[in-house]
Amino acid sequence: MGKRIGMEVAIAVAEAVGLCDIDMAAVYPITPQSHIAEHLSDLVANGEIDAEFVTVESEHSAMSAVIGASGAGARAFTATSSQGLMLMHELLPIASAMRLPICMAIANRAVSGPLNILNDHTDIMPQRDCGWIALFVENGQEAIDLSIQAFKIAEHKDVMLPVCVNIDGFQLTHMVEPFEMPSKEEVDKFLPPFVPHATLHPAKPVTMGAFAMSDYFTEIMKAKDEALKSSKKVILEVWDEWAKLFGRSYKPVETYKADDADVLMLTMGSMGETAQMAIDELRAKGVKAGLVKLRMWRPFPFEEIKAAIKNAKKLIVTDRAITFGGPGGPVFAEIKSAMCTETQRPLIYNYIYGLGGRDVPVGDFVGMFEKVLADTENKAVGTYEFWGVRE
Amino acid sequence: MIEVRWHGRGGQGAVTSVELLAVSAIAAGKYAQGFPSFGPERRGAPVAAFTRIDDKKINVRSGIYKPDVVLVLDSSLIGLVNVTEGLKPDGKLIVNTHKTPEEIRKALNYTGTLAIVDGTGIARKEMGVPIANTTMIGALLKVIGVMELDAMKDAIEHRFGRIAQKNLNAMKRAYDEIKIYN
Repeated sequence: MGKRIGMEVAIAVAEAVGLCDIDMAAVYPITPQSHIAEHLSDLVANGEIDAEFVTVESEHSAMSAVIGASGAGARAFTATSSQGLMLMHELLPIASAMRLPICMAIANRAVSGPLNILNDHTDIMPQRDCGWIALFVENGQEAIDLSIQAFKIAEHKDVMLPVCVNIDGFQLTHMVEPFEMPSKEEVDKFLPPFVPHATLHPAKPVTMGAFAMSDYFTEIMKAKDEALKSSKKVILEVWDEWAKLFGRSYKPVETYKADDADVLMLTMGSMGETAQMAIDELRAKGVKAGLVKLRMWRPFPFEEIKAAIKNAKKLIVTDRAITFGGPGGPVFAEIKSAMCTETQRPLIYNYIYGLGGRDVPVGDFVGMFEKVLADTENKAVGTYEFWGVRE
Repeated sequence: MIEVRWHGRGGQGAVTSVELLAVSAIAAGKYAQGFPSFGPERRGAPVAAFTRIDDKKINVRSGIYKPDVVLVLDSSLIGLVNVTEGLKPDGKLIVNTHKTPEEIRKALNYTGTLAIVDGTGIARKEMGVPIANTTMIGALLKVIGVMELDAMKDAIEHRFGRIAQKNLNAMKRAYDEIKIYN
């Protein structure tokens, strides 16, 4: 096990990817992802890693380049954020339909407009239905670990799907903090060389991304859905192996003081650890509060979520994005749909918070619990509210 | 846990200092965070940067609103930025200035613990440049005491190479020369 070191998380993510024997990267810099792009290009330019760094003129081209490279059999990486991810959008379902094991780091940032460069989840949520495996991290250690694990998950023969690791912009990417960086030898032991299922090569022509009309399209969509759903088994195996090798375990849903909790909060991403402090404060006051952290956004871990929340009386789902004119936050909508067929379920509330980098201190989390506990007539159950909004 | 807010101007190296300090504290076995005030920054404009240091894992990731220590890298910010905002009643204010403590107290209407050193003067003498960000790390470590000055050596050498020793000398002088007024 490595020694704890301090480094900016974005730089550390580039270092971690640099340990993974990538063949190519095509990354267009965008705040707050830029340090990943810059450091990775340094690693290539300095000859520290043997890979091609393709400089592209846009994120659409970055995603196109990694799709082409992955199709040709390369282990390919990209990273982006916000508007860059929006520009990639057109190609995301194509990457997954072609079953290309591309890995992408997303430094999550608000999408325009108005223009904003700070953190929330409004960039990843519109990509929800693109057929990518989507995982979230809450600290630098997890960002490093999942950036490495992503390749193993994506390239597994039972998965063959692209993976995005969501790393909250600024709150995580721009933080200098402690973590253990695996050694090259350890990563080599964990991550076998990429053996593509099929490659584009003139000597052995194949068709990728073919045309399909109504006679086949439905079957292909079903196949993609099955592939994404069944990837969970592989992800769990990879996490088991990681725990054995590195002593750090990962689960689709993590809990904190949740077992005997009357009221639970659910977070996704970097807010988790700050929310944990609110739980400690509330517990000290005698409130049986607990926390559920969602790591796996796609495939959605229905069984694990049900098991984690079913015994609570009330559940506060927090969201860092909104589905305008719809049911509230996207995580809220998912949790409600997961629980609608359950006879035993908590009363569910939704707060939308931390938009465009709005800071959420510990006291705000405590305030959400207090507000929900004060709703003794359950009037706000099933509704959503913009936390702390000025009206 | 100790929380420090740094005030400087874009280009004066506040962000570099919080990074070097966090990296060094972690190498010394502590837990630490170093982060800028998130968002766009411009050279010369007032900026803030933040440090957290603790003996155990730090979970909080929100901003620092009630710092234990405020460090002012550039005293021309006094009057422009409310540098004592949120400073704890038993907190400490460190100012890089050649002015007297009375002048600083009067300008800020501040009666708490004040620590003063002419960091820019030291930087000019030791390094030949009026950039006091690493110099003031020495001043900070004297005031907060959480680790030895030597703990900074590796990070400073890694970052500054052949001019590292000058930075270390300046840091040591600020450590020795800072005066604390209760």
